[in-house]
Amino acid sequence: MAIIDLQNVTYKYPLTDAPALKSVNLQVHEGEFVAVIGPNGAGKSTLCYTIAGFVPHFFKGELTGSVEVAGSESSKSNLHEWVLNVGLAFQNPFNQISGAKYTVFEEIAFGLENIGVPREEMKSRVEDALKLTGISDLADRSPYSLSGGQQQRVALTSILVMHPKVLVLDEPTSQMDPIGTREVFGVIRKLSEQGMTVVMVEHKVEWIAEFADKVVALHDGSVLLEGNPQAVLTSDLLTDKGFGISRYTSAARKAKELGMWKKDKLPVTLDEAVEGFSLTPNPSPQRRGE
Amino acid sequence: MNIEISNLQFTYPSGVQALFGVSLNINAGEQVAIVGQNGAGKTTLVKHLNGLLQPTSGHVRIEDWDTKEHSVSKMAHRVGYVFQNPDEQLFSKNVGLEVAFGPKNLGYTSEQIQALVKDALGMTELSDKTETNPYDLSPTWRKMVAIASIIAMATPIVIFDEPTTGQDAANIARIANVVKVLRERGKTVITITHDIDFCAENFERVIAMSQGKILLDGKANDVLGQAETLATTFVDPPQLTRLGKRLGLEQTVRNQAEFLAALKK
Repeated sequence: MAIIDLQNVTYKYPLTDAPALKSVNLQVHEGEFVAVIGPNGAGKSTLCYTIAGFVPHFFKGELTGSVEVAGSESSKSNLHEWVLNVGLAFQNPFNQISGAKYTVFEEIAFGLENIGVPREEMKSRVEDALKLTGISDLADRSPYSLSGGQQQRVALTSILVMHPKVLVLDEPTSQMDPIGTREVFGVIRKLSEQGMTVVMVEHKVEWIAEFADKVVALHDGSVLLEGNPQAVLTSDLLTDKGFGISRYTSAARKAKELGMWKKDKLPVTLDEAVEGFSLTPNPSPQRRGE
Repeated sequence: MNIEISNLQFTYPSGVQALFGVSLNINAGEQVAIVGQNGAGKTTLVKHLNGLLQPTSGHVRIEDWDTKEHSVSKMAHRVGYVFQNPDEQLFSKNVGLEVAFGPKNLGYTSEQIQALVKDALGMTELSDKTETNPYDLSPTWRKMVAIASIIAMATPIVIFDEPTTGQDAANIARIANVVKVLRERGKTVITITHDIDFCAENFERVIAMSQGKILLDGKANDVLGQAETLATTFVDPPQLTRLGKRLGLEQTVRNQAEFLAALKK
């Protein structure tokens, strides 16, 4: 059974005319890692807010259709109950950090304090979470003294520490360095393998292809494509509609026109690109080991 | 206007040292990308260029002006700085006023201001949004407003702090175009970025920073090909550079044209 079940969801923010989501259907199974891609304005953040209950409980506005997450129906629930099951990391960590805490350690404990977790358990959960995201060395710093990417790790950690069943991430690596990004994708992959359900908005196609189980392409408030990462991320539809695609895909598409890419399928990952380009008679297919 | 940074050290009031002796020259008209891991000191470094931060020791000179001897408002005549987060920068009630604020404060005449605003809005594709409140725009367009408001100041040096963060393909292309137009006008452009493919496709010189120091500095192909050294500051080479290496191509490639040309050989 799906742990996230959106049926025919249409939503309008207050004081707006055009819906931000239009007849969206989305089913996500427990332990699945789903990546959501789309141009700016496609409704990606709104979809995150809907799964996390901020739409409509915080933003108000007009929602039709049904939203069911972890067995509760959004319209019959409230945000206090919702946060016990679903965690949302905001797109901009500046908007998420409480401003009420002097250290990273306390900031990460903030959510646990609010749900009344005993002190000793709280301490060990915060320490585990800091270790998981690799920021134990920042524990005593002020959240505001950190760089953008470090703040983003704090924002992510403060959600992970809550042990949500469903983790919703709105561009959680946008300010992170490249290898840090890959590490965070790896951590999230591991959590999903341990049973956490993940919905992650991202632009970084290469890592989506490596780590996600499924990709949902949103465009203009509707689901344009949905399926396995390889199929969705190499679709011609994406380039026509202004989605970002991997450099491997675009280089292979161009090479195909020039007769230098022999396979039917276009590559999304480095390994797929190496494999495909090695088939061309020129240059030598000799690989350097990695 | 040349930039000269000599033996720059900086420690934040909290006691955290962010820069450990950075020396660097950037010539007028150069296009430079700064890459490196979170907390490497990239933002701290560029905040010295317009005097927002003052060296703990060492010097920063913009041509004949030492930043220690001039106010931030004076430095603003020479160095424009687009913040990482547009929300830290925007405050006016509409886009037109926001973009006019900079040149107005630099003392341009109202005719000059009009021309500068028109040019900046055109370059950032905001011409149809002059009457809109910046906070009614999506974060993407707010970023373009932040960029336009600095472009309109017509400074010889323009700094972008992570311009492509959270932007979609169309907007990244818009920002790349802004960089191109500034290059054609002979401006110096310095960009901090984690988007290594954007860096590879739009910048000729790349500086990699690590733990408050300069790790690598040189032509883009030379720097971006050094996978092992870059990894020490958490940077991967661009996608096509990595692909070229794996395929055993002789030279380092960094964009599609170079990759396909090398593949044909």
